[in-house]
Formats: sequence, C-alpha cells, structure tokens
Amino acid sequence: MNDKFLPVGVLRKLYSDMALIRHFEDKLVLLAQEKSRVVGMQILANGQEAVAAGVVNALEPDDVIVSNHRSHGHLLAKGADPQKLMAEIMCKATGVNKGKAGTLHLAVPEINAIMTSTIVGASPPLAMGAAFAQQYLDRSNITTVFFGDGAAAEGSVHEAMNMASLWKLPVLFVCENNCWAGAQHLREHSCVENIARRADAYDMPGTTVDGNDVLAVYNTASDMADHCRKGKGPAFLETRTYRMRGHGEHDPCHYMDPAELEKWGLLCPLKTFRKYLEEHQVLPTDQINDIDRKAALIVEEAVIFGDESPFPAAADALNDLWIEEENRH
Amino acid sequence: MVMMSYGQALQSALDIALEKDANVFLAGEGVGTSIHVDPNLPTHGLLEKYGPGRIKDTPVSEAAIAGLAVGASAMGLRPVVEIMFFPFITLASDMLVNHAAKLRYMSGGKTDFPLTVRVKAGVNFGAGSQHSHNLEAWIAHTPGLKLFYPSNPADAKGLLLEAIFDPNPVIFVEEMLLYWMQGEVAEGAPPVSSGKANIVRDGTDCTIVTYGGAVHTAMQAAETLSKEEISLDVIDLRTLVPLDENTMLESVRKTGRLVVLHDANRFCGYGAEIAATVAEKAFSSLKAPIMRVAAPDIPVPVSPPQEAFFKPSPEKVISAVRAIMG
Ligand SMILES: Cc1ncc(C[n+]2csc(CCOP(=O)(O)OP(=O)(O)O)c2C)c(N)n1
Ligand SMILES: [Mg+2]
Repeated sequence: MNDKFLPVGVLRKLYSDMALIRHFEDKLVLLAQEKSRVVGMQILANGQEAVAAGVVNALEPDDVIVSNHRSHGHLLAKGADPQKLMAEIMCKATGVNKGKAGTLHLAVPEINAIMTSTIVGASPPLAMGAAFAQQYLDRSNITTVFFGDGAAAEGSVHEAMNMASLWKLPVLFVCENNCWAGAQHLREHSCVENIARRADAYDMPGTTVDGNDVLAVYNTASDMADHCRKGKGPAFLETRTYRMRGHGEHDPCHYMDPAELEKWGLLCPLKTFRKYLEEHQVLPTDQINDIDRKAALIVEEAVIFGDESPFPAAADALNDLWIEEENRH
Repeated sequence: MVMMSYGQALQSALDIALEKDANVFLAGEGVGTSIHVDPNLPTHGLLEKYGPGRIKDTPVSEAAIAGLAVGASAMGLRPVVEIMFFPFITLASDMLVNHAAKLRYMSGGKTDFPLTVRVKAGVNFGAGSQHSHNLEAWIAHTPGLKLFYPSNPADAKGLLLEAIFDPNPVIFVEEMLLYWMQGEVAEGAPPVSSGKANIVRDGTDCTIVTYGGAVHTAMQAAETLSKEEISLDVIDLRTLVPLDENTMLESVRKTGRLVVLHDANRFCGYGAEIAATVAEKAFSSLKAPIMRVAAPDIPVPVSPPQEAFFKPSPEKVISAVRAIMG
C-alpha cells in the first residue's frame, strides 16, 4: 500500500480520522433508532471513511471543500469540532449552525468547509465558483468538491466540469462512487461504470482508485491537488467504494444484494488499513487501540454535549436570513 | 365507496390510467424501486404490475425527467413523471416553464403537451428547506401550467386521473404527510372535480379559503371556534389553476369576512391572489379587512421548535378570525 513511504505521522492521522468518522457514524446509527435524539434523515458514510480521510488530508488547511448530503466524514476530516457537529445534527442551539442546518446542510466556513448542499449535483457548480474566486484573488489554494455517482447524472455537474476546465480553475472533483443513487444501482443509473471516463470529455486528468484503500486515495488526491494548485486546471478523482448502511438509516435496503454488501464488508477500509499498519509495524496494536478508544471517547463527549444543549428558541427561526444593517461590512 | 389512504388513492388513479391507456407511462427517481417500502406510497407495486417498460426508474436528472415528459407528450404519449420533492422542481423548471407551459401557445395551438408532473410537498418532516418548500405560487404565476393540490383521498384519486387525461400540462402536488390519511374513495373513475372548489364546512361568519394539508388546519380551527358560536365557511380550492372564483366569491358575499390560509410563505404567496380577487370582485360585501395566515418569510427551518413555529397552526387561524370578528 505505502509505496510512497509516507511518514508515520501522516499514516497515524489518516487512521485517526477514519476511526473518528466510523465511531461518529456508528453512534448516529444508534441515535437514529431513538427517534427523538437526532432530527431528520440520517444519511451516513460508514464504509466511505477512506475517501474523506484520504482526500482531505491531501489538502492544505486553507483549501476549501464543498460537500453533499453525506457530509459528516468530510467535515470531521477537515477538522470540524465533533461536539458542535453532533449538536447541529441534533438541531441544537449550540451546533455549528445554531440548529439551522441539521444533519444535511452543515456549513463550517471557519475550517473552509464553506457549503453543503443536499440538492444532488449542486455542489460541483458551487465549488467551481469558489475556485474561480481563488483564481481571481490569486490565492494558491484549491477547492475540492465531493459528490456521488448519482450526482454525476445531473447536468449541473457537466456544466461545472466544462467551465472549470475551460477557465483552468483549481477544482478537484471527487466523485464518491458508492454503487448507489437511492435505490438505483450504478448499472441502473449510469451508462458508464467508471465515472472518471468523463474527465477526458472535459479535458482534465481523471483517475479511478480503490476508495477503500486510504493510501491510494491520499496519494492520488495529493498528486491531483498539486496539479490544480499549479494552475493546470481541474482534475477528477473517482473513488470506488460502497454505501454500507443503505441510503440512510430510514432505508430497509430490501433492494440490495446481500452478497454484494457482504463482499464490500470484507473490504472495510478501516480493517484493511489497520491490518496494514500492524503487519508493516508502522504502529503497534496497542497504539492503534488507543486511537480507537480516543475516537470513541470524543464521540461520547460529543453526544453528551449535544444532549445537554438546548434547542434554539422558536422565534430565532426569524433570524439569520438577512444581514442586519448594523452588521453590514 | 371504499376506504383507502391518500397514497393508495393516488396509486389507484395511476393503476387505472396505466390500465386504460397504453400511452401512459411513469418515470422518476425510484418510481419503480424505491428505498421506501409502504403500500401507502403512490407508486408502490406498479413496477411489478406494469414492468420496467412503463414504470421507468431514472438517473438523478430532473431536467431530463421533465424534458422526457415534454418531448414524449409532444409525440402523443401521456407521461406521468415524478419530481421527488417540491424544491427539486427548480432543476426541472426550464423544461416546465419555458417549454411545457409556452410551446403550445407559441406553436399557434399546434403542439400539445398532455403531461403530468407529480411532486411531493410537505413541511414538518425535519429535512429542511431544500426538501420542504412550497413553490405553488411560482407555478401558478406561469400561464400554461395547471396546478392541482388535493387535500383528501377522494380528491387525490379524482384529480390525478383528471390530470393524466387532461390535454394540458398539469403540475400535481401531493401532500406527502397525508399519504396515510384514510378516507372514502369512489370505485372506478370518480366524477370530474377540477376547477371546482369544495365547501368542506358550511358557515356564516367568516370564509376560510385554503388548499392542500392546510385544509385540515382550517377544519381544526373551525371546530374550536364553533364552540364560541363562530361559524366558518371552509373552502378547499382543490385546483389552484384553474381557480374557482365563483365559489369563494359567493361565500364571501354570504359571510362578509375572509381569511386566506396556506402553508407556503406569505409574501407573494398564492393567498395574495385570492385576497386581491376578493377585494376586486366582492369589496362591497366585506365587513372587515382580508387576513392572510401563512408561513413567515423564511426558509423552512429544521430544528423541531422552529419548524413548528413555521407551520401555520389552527391557533393562528383562530386569532386571525377573532381579529376580524370584532
Ligand atoms: C436534485 C435532487 N434530486 C434528488 C434528490 C434525492 N436524493 C438524495 S440523495 C440521492 C441519491 C444520490 O446519489 P449519489 O449522488 O450517488 O450520492 P450517495 O447518496 O450515494 O452518497 C437522491 C436521489 C436530491 N436530494 N436532490
Ligand atoms: Mg452514490
């Protein structure tokens, strides 16, 4: 896996992020079963941790990300405060967005996670605009956008790819191909199996990697981020992975092939990476266990914080639509 | 008459239409295989019965779904396509607003678009404003699109059948949270009701004009107020385009008071059109100002207390009525 000889610090960080995401999402699985604990649909990224960790760790802190409805992992990897994130998912006043976002529309601009959209296919044009601003302002940063295989069928994605390439904008398009768009399998909704083939049509480099191999994701994302940063225009990274918990926690998954699910279960990105770290003696088992324990603790504390936080006042619903006169800048 | 849910009534309409006319087909994201399994959902079981040639699951491509309907209807088919949630209609709007609505007119009446777009609406399921946003005023503001909005199982079935066999494009709004509501429904194809408002409660003191899920809010308010000897005339418009002006004007001439109620935002909402029409045509009958009860002018919030605050409640209707009863 580690043919690029990444430093131990990077490997540890990748595993820590993946562990945190997994614990966080596993906790939400449980909370979603208790109706009143979290609000709305819980659309989780269990099984896709290597994409979030691999891509985001290949970015600079000042690089921007734009995410979609399956965003928790991206945001945690980018460094969102797990407590405020959990509180937001519970729609509490102490959440990152004061309870105005909920699980699906999280925006954490303080860590350059500027927008999340649940409108499938909206994120790529939004990211293209952010990348335009980076180019316009002569910044050395790039914008990374996460979207699904399903989203790749929206016209907006194609418009964004063409314009980004035409204007050589620093966008890293990350298509998380998890084999599903709702109840439609990839082969039922896409005319190509590898979405990265479309990169060629928009004259940008495109690669498909094993999205459950965090080092493959990290290395390719690093190269592509470099390409974007050097002013060579956008790049397209497709990560092949699997949606391990169905579309959302409300999905009974009756249409899914259990054999396919089981196959991908064996390819669990955390298990694979852990095995690698142990076998190559990168990290001793007890240190890996420590990382997991710490992740579990962070999540426990986040849940306590969320549970103890109040809901926002009903009338505060009227705030935040407009910038008030006194706050104008 | 048979008892069935609003969702089953829609399903029954789709079933009858598919059975009756080979040119009817369904398309949309999950209309065949859905992540939800519930016999109360409108497209439940239709794939098994009619097969993938007529019940077509599509990619996540709203512009193409709407384009499919416009193009196929111009060729004489009767497409019934689904836009999953109301706010997603913005992605389909070019096909609907610039094409379905305008091209018959601009062809000098030569091209027809007998299509139906089913769209799910609803507030109060905690998904936030990108899933909950009642955009009926946007649709109604476009000449050339009909707009149906049933509030109960019987109308759901009758109006959907009418929509499908209407030679004009119809946007058909389904009140998602009513899918499980039970009611008496006629067997076979019920009598025509589009363009005809329904007086769901007869009263003398104040008229409530409303539609969709808000009809039930109005009925609760009417029940409470009846204990104070205030009697409401509650009108369910059923179809917003065409609008049955006569029924509401007659009611206002009788009661002298009007409260307009809807779940959509207040500013430039459909209620403004109702208020203006009544002010223009029944001004001399009014004993008090027309009141609007609608959602505040903010996106639908996600947090439970704020989402509840957003939705117009029976209490808000009651205060509005009291305010003009003097
Ligand atoms: C414009 C739009 N259409 C439909 C939906 C409903 N929807 C939410 S997620 C989803 C599937 C998206 O699939 P994909 O892009 O592959 O992302 P995944 O859920 O697999 O992560 C659909 C159809 C939506 N949110 N927005
Ligand atoms: Mg997908």
